Amino acid sequence: MRILPFPALLLLIMFQGCDATPEDSKPPGQTPEINQEKQLRLKLLNAKPGDVIEIATGTIAMTRSLILNESGVTIRGAGMDKTILSFKSQIAGAEGLLVNASDFTIEDIAIEDARGDALKINEGKNIIVRRVRTEWTNGPDTNNGAYGIYPVQTENTLIEDSIAIAASDAGIYVGQSRNVVVRNNRAEFNVAGIEIENTISADVYGNTAINNTGGILVFNMPDLPQPGYATRVYNNTINHNNTENFGARGTAVAGVPAGSGIVVNSNDQVEIFDNDIKDNQTANIIISSYFSVGEPISRKTADAFDPYPEAIFIYDNRFSGGGNKPDGAELEALRVAVFGDTGAFPNVLWDGIINSEKAENGILKPEFAICLGNGDAGIVNLDNGNENKNLSTDIKNHSCTLEKLPPIELGFSLSAG
Amino acid sequence: MKHLSGKTAIAVLLIGLCLVAACIPKKASQTVQPFSTDSSPLLLSQWGVVQRHANKLRLGEAVLPFDLNTPLFTDYAHKLRTVWMPEGRSAQYSPGETFEFPRGTILSKTFYYPRMAPGAQNSETPSPSTPLLLATDNYANDFSGHELNLAQVYLVETRLLVLQKDGWQALAYIWNESQSDANLEIAGDIKTLELQFADGKVSNFHYVIPTRNECASCHASDHTSGELLPIGPKTRHLDKKYAHYKAGAADQLSSWQSMSYLKGAPTQITTRANALWNASSRDNLAHRARSYLDINCAHCHNPQGSADTSGLFLHMAESTPRRLGTCKPPVAAGRGSGNHEFAIVPGKAKESILTFRMQTVDPGEMMPELGRSTYHSEGLELISDWINTLEGDCV
Repeated sequence: MRILPFPALLLLIMFQGCDATPEDSKPPGQTPEINQEKQLRLKLLNAKPGDVIEIATGTIAMTRSLILNESGVTIRGAGMDKTILSFKSQIAGAEGLLVNASDFTIEDIAIEDARGDALKINEGKNIIVRRVRTEWTNGPDTNNGAYGIYPVQTENTLIEDSIAIAASDAGIYVGQSRNVVVRNNRAEFNVAGIEIENTISADVYGNTAINNTGGILVFNMPDLPQPGYATRVYNNTINHNNTENFGARGTAVAGVPAGSGIVVNSNDQVEIFDNDIKDNQTANIIISSYFSVGEPISRKTADAFDPYPEAIFIYDNRFSGGGNKPDGAELEALRVAVFGDTGAFPNVLWDGIINSEKAENGILKPEFAICLGNGDAGIVNLDNGNENKNLSTDIKNHSCTLEKLPPIELGFSLSAG
Repeated sequence: MKHLSGKTAIAVLLIGLCLVAACIPKKASQTVQPFSTDSSPLLLSQWGVVQRHANKLRLGEAVLPFDLNTPLFTDYAHKLRTVWMPEGRSAQYSPGETFEFPRGTILSKTFYYPRMAPGAQNSETPSPSTPLLLATDNYANDFSGHELNLAQVYLVETRLLVLQKDGWQALAYIWNESQSDANLEIAGDIKTLELQFADGKVSNFHYVIPTRNECASCHASDHTSGELLPIGPKTRHLDKKYAHYKAGAADQLSSWQSMSYLKGAPTQITTRANALWNASSRDNLAHRARSYLDINCAHCHNPQGSADTSGLFLHMAESTPRRLGTCKPPVAAGRGSGNHEFAIVPGKAKESILTFRMQTVDPGEMMPELGRSTYHSEGLELISDWINTLEGDCV
């Protein structure tokens, strides 16, 4: 046996005396069997501003949410049918991907079967979601996650060329944000196809919303720091949103009747024009107060919440069909009673509940009016506040115009859409 | 290695000694060793904060243990919390917020479970697999003197919060199977553990060790700034006795002050202490319930938190019933509503979203969103009892 020099011997003894076995002390990130999920997680954990995280073609099975907290990062797949993050076996986390950061771009990727929301972006500026598919692959189901693409409290947000399928709440849901463009997306088989909620200044155009319960929703909810206003919905295709409502009770969308094309609820300054709206069986457009969609009329609202839709301008849309088979016994009874067995509601259905402080002789003042400039398209005022006593299809109070809203200017440059 | 000069030999000897110190100390006490943000050691023992020594978990020199009035529920894990500050430094008292800590502060939280078959295992023959763990509120058997008794408990992870020059750094160390040390893991882990509940039922559950970004999901309690902050070290949580100091039980805030770990505290603390949530508490039901919601929910459900998007605020200072959930409809709960209309329906716990989200273990529905795969039946009972005493009507 060769005699080791003293110091080397000492070192050897010391290492052998160490309690941490080599297996125990294996440093993180160096295990050979490190899987794709962990590799991706580490990339997000270690991301620095300016990084582009590319994810190759393939399906990665995820067991828990991904979270990105670093601003200035781009996540890029190889295509929304090629790079798939599958959360079918998710064990932990309320989202598929959660982003708490600004200057964020995600493109060319799919997020499937998240237990909760698929893609949530909570507080951030300059957000681009492009060619992203969020989908629950089993189709409409109450047990699906709530939202597909879900930016909340963001500023300067672009969602384009994306696809959202089978969310149990809204496919694309923009909440409490400011300066938003949602364009050229497809939303299908969600409860709400596209929902703009408590958001200030949004342009929603070029989208296709079909086979949802409600196609495009512009809502305000109580108890939130920011009431929304100023949304333009134009040049969209909103057809056949007749899927039975599969939202969980208690949610805002649970009260949306199947067969709703566009729904404006409690929101102000909404401009709806140049859309193709077809075959939505409750009504092609619904304008309602917080008291009508969803919960009973007796529901208490929060202080300082404005539950009335005001300054709504509908013009130059192309309507066809719809209003012939409304969801719910009460609406159906009204349809038959007023329009006959084979009749249909007019294209615009309004609950008629108004804020008396903004009315004169029971009619909304011009600046708060519901204006319809859409050829021979009609409107029905259900007079929901008085048990439909003065239900009316008189268009006189709606033959008006409102000042048009300016286009959204995002704080970053947009390539041609 | 042919021949070494005397100097080199001494140097090698010194390095060797350092390595020994980094593995297992042979001396009676261990010194805490700070590291900067980009040189986090791979082994927990290298910090010297908590470290296995024979069959005990030993605290480093000047490492002070503490606990909280009502703690966060984490799948029935027990927690050993410690604080250490560089010599001569102190935290600044605050009546309502997290104390302002000096740079270099190290907070640790070791998650562990009481285990079955006490005495059957010891350090010479470590268990080859995870023992059956116990869900119990009883901490009394965890300690041997002031140290955790590793014959009685099973260590899962130790999380550190270190105040570096650019803010708090969160690190999670996962204890190895032989319980000799814990390894740094920034990407988290999911362990399948077996837990015996109070009623004798045994079931497996997923114990989820957070990723570094998940640490921020709770500790960035101001979501806009995104800055990490400790949650526990606030007056209302710490104002209590700690039972397991070397010298026995003593008042925590006084102990912090006598260690010079806290300065600026008034002689008379006027902040109301949070309640002990459980049955042994002498506090009234409403205060216990609010204390429970405060520590379990308010790191997100506060006016600056990530859950301010919901309009539901559960921090101790909130006093408006609607903001606290009474007759408040959900905003973006999705199926987390549990088919209920309001966060709290007075008098009707079973119709309240709050209790539904505390009970479900579906990651898409449950609250908190992270940190549990089981539900806290005793906590649920507390909140239910409280809601059932509330009066009013939502419609």
